[in-house]
Amino acid sequence: MLSFIGRSIIQKIITLFFVSIVSFLIIHLAPGKPSQVDPLNPKFTPEIVERFRKEFHLDKPLHIQYVYFYRNLLTGKTVSWKDNQSVLGKIWERFLNSLPLFIVGTIITWTLSFPIGIRSAICRGGFYDRSATFFSYLLISIPGFFFAYILIIFVVTHFHVPVIGLKTFGIGDASWLRMIMDRVWHLLLPSVLGATGGIAILSRYVRSQMLEVESQDYVRTARAKGVPEEQVHYKHALRNALLPFVTMFGLILPGLIGGSVIIESIFSWPGIGRMAYEAILARDYPIILTVNFMSAVLVLAGTFVSDLLYLVVDPRIRL
Amino acid sequence: MNAIAKDLDKNALDAPRRSGLHEFWQLLKQDRLAIIGLAIFVLFFCIALLGLVLTTGTDPTLKPAMIRLQEKLRQPLSRPNLETLRPEEVPRLGVYLLGTDDLGRDVFARMLQGAWVSLTVGFVAVGISVLIGILMGGIAGYFGQNHVRVDHILFLIVLHSGVVLLLLWVRPLWAALLGGVVWGFIFSLCWKKVWKRWQLSGWLNILRKDTISIDTLIMRFVDIMLCFPSFFLILTVVALLPASMYNIMIVIGLTSWMGTTRFVRAEFLSLREQDFVTAARALGVNQWRIIFRHMIPNAMAPVLVSATIGIATAILTEAGLSFLGFGVPPPHATWGSILSDGKRFIFDAPWLTFTPGFAILIVVLCFNLFGEGLRDILNPKLRQRY
Repeated sequence: MLSFIGRSIIQKIITLFFVSIVSFLIIHLAPGKPSQVDPLNPKFTPEIVERFRKEFHLDKPLHIQYVYFYRNLLTGKTVSWKDNQSVLGKIWERFLNSLPLFIVGTIITWTLSFPIGIRSAICRGGFYDRSATFFSYLLISIPGFFFAYILIIFVVTHFHVPVIGLKTFGIGDASWLRMIMDRVWHLLLPSVLGATGGIAILSRYVRSQMLEVESQDYVRTARAKGVPEEQVHYKHALRNALLPFVTMFGLILPGLIGGSVIIESIFSWPGIGRMAYEAILARDYPIILTVNFMSAVLVLAGTFVSDLLYLVVDPRIRL
Repeated sequence: MNAIAKDLDKNALDAPRRSGLHEFWQLLKQDRLAIIGLAIFVLFFCIALLGLVLTTGTDPTLKPAMIRLQEKLRQPLSRPNLETLRPEEVPRLGVYLLGTDDLGRDVFARMLQGAWVSLTVGFVAVGISVLIGILMGGIAGYFGQNHVRVDHILFLIVLHSGVVLLLLWVRPLWAALLGGVVWGFIFSLCWKKVWKRWQLSGWLNILRKDTISIDTLIMRFVDIMLCFPSFFLILTVVALLPASMYNIMIVIGLTSWMGTTRFVRAEFLSLREQDFVTAARALGVNQWRIIFRHMIPNAMAPVLVSATIGIATAILTEAGLSFLGFGVPPPHATWGSILSDGKRFIFDAPWLTFTPGFAILIVVLCFNLFGEGLRDILNPKLRQRY
């Protein structure tokens, strides 16, 4: 066990090192220079550009820049090129905005997809199953931005509530109940949109997992000895079908920082995805690289956690 | 009884009469959703081809870029106002089938033009990713147990530095490429004829030392690529590169081959232990022939399924990029950019949002349905006898 943990941590650190190199190379070898973002700006004289390049070590060779950048990142001193603020501070601020979206979206995904998936596995081939299958394909296939506009039109014309942004502009002195309802409405649409793909995929997965377990011998045995149908489904089958999903808790970790670029820009939600998008537009390399690096860390941490959970949950796996 | 015996007898004597394609078709016919998916795909393909024919050239039949400011935001199926239009501005169809946008451009023509973009982006991106995936997965699965030796690394370094030096010194690219090919040829000849037979003594043996297996090398690279958030990576690269349709295809293709690699590797690992491969090897069949004639056709099933679903994903990604404004450059229409332009008029001109939106939805849905149907058909475990 300990040797497994040690080995996989070392492996993940090596992977992370290469990820850092690859992302650094992708950004710095692409055509165009960050100092040319705004060539028409009269304040951008050659001297200023030169000072800018010196300040951010852009005049050094690439490997020196790499060392400088990751040294700064690991000591928390990286600053944005645009406004000279600390990158980690900016990300933290945006992260707090994205967090409610992530939490509500995850809760919606996990609470909806299990009942849907289990029910379609139980009524396999029936009307419910077929329509659930079709709807999950529909939800996977619908472009997020199009679905966003359908939902916006629906909510705005039927409920007459504003939904764009973090909260209604200038709501300042309303009663607290209205403030809370306002926040809930603003939170609801983007998180539902973030959850649609998840619901579709997860419910299909629950269904196939349930079907696989239902065809096992012990389920047949349970039926044969006269256990009521309810108990067969929920006690014998479901408990065993749940096993792989415990490990999926690890795999939702990357979603913490991968806030959707498209949905956040439609809803003017000041989250991480939108910050990353603005950073790409402004060629603010430190922010792009940091977001990339942190999401790679989260992906690796997520797979690590899910491996560990598998070890804990499934006694059949021995190392 | 007699009939069964007769049947058995006949089956024992004859080879199965159904060809693979026929059996495939029989299975496909039972899956109604997959059939619908296939039909829509064929229809979409025809429409995209038609769109390419009708909207390109110096004087296209339908002019997707023709601006008629006096005709802006006309409803679908409305007739053009002939008095205000100059003769060359009159739409050939005599009616705006899907209305016009805020600049008075015919949405029907623009949709046709965008269909071709979606189709090519989907197919070319997936083609690139499947090619890379089969190559990498095949190497990892078939040659994976071999190790990279120190002298291999040295050889590659020498070869690459040679090519780089050529590129630096000789400006014309084709000359550099030609030089690179010649150099590579000379090097590999030396490698085969001289280096392999050379007896090394003493400390020089370190050059023949194993470092890392090819399988580990490729799969670790896959792990590295999987660490990147895919849409964000694509967005970054597309934003940094000059805007063009080919860049988008290549970038989507280069960032989505990891799944195919894993499938092909797993298939190859199990196939190379199977009896028919051993038999082929025992017969002295060339290993490339084993790979291309015996193993790849048997490993294609999961690749085909993931490719079909990959096309759906690529079309969605392209639409998302166009929506954010990083698509094909402006005068050319794509479904994502039509929707993105039309969203400002969502209450006045809902057709500008709904037409491209439903078009993307239907096309992506048909690829997903067909892919899932394919998965069931090609999976022998789920196959029911009919």
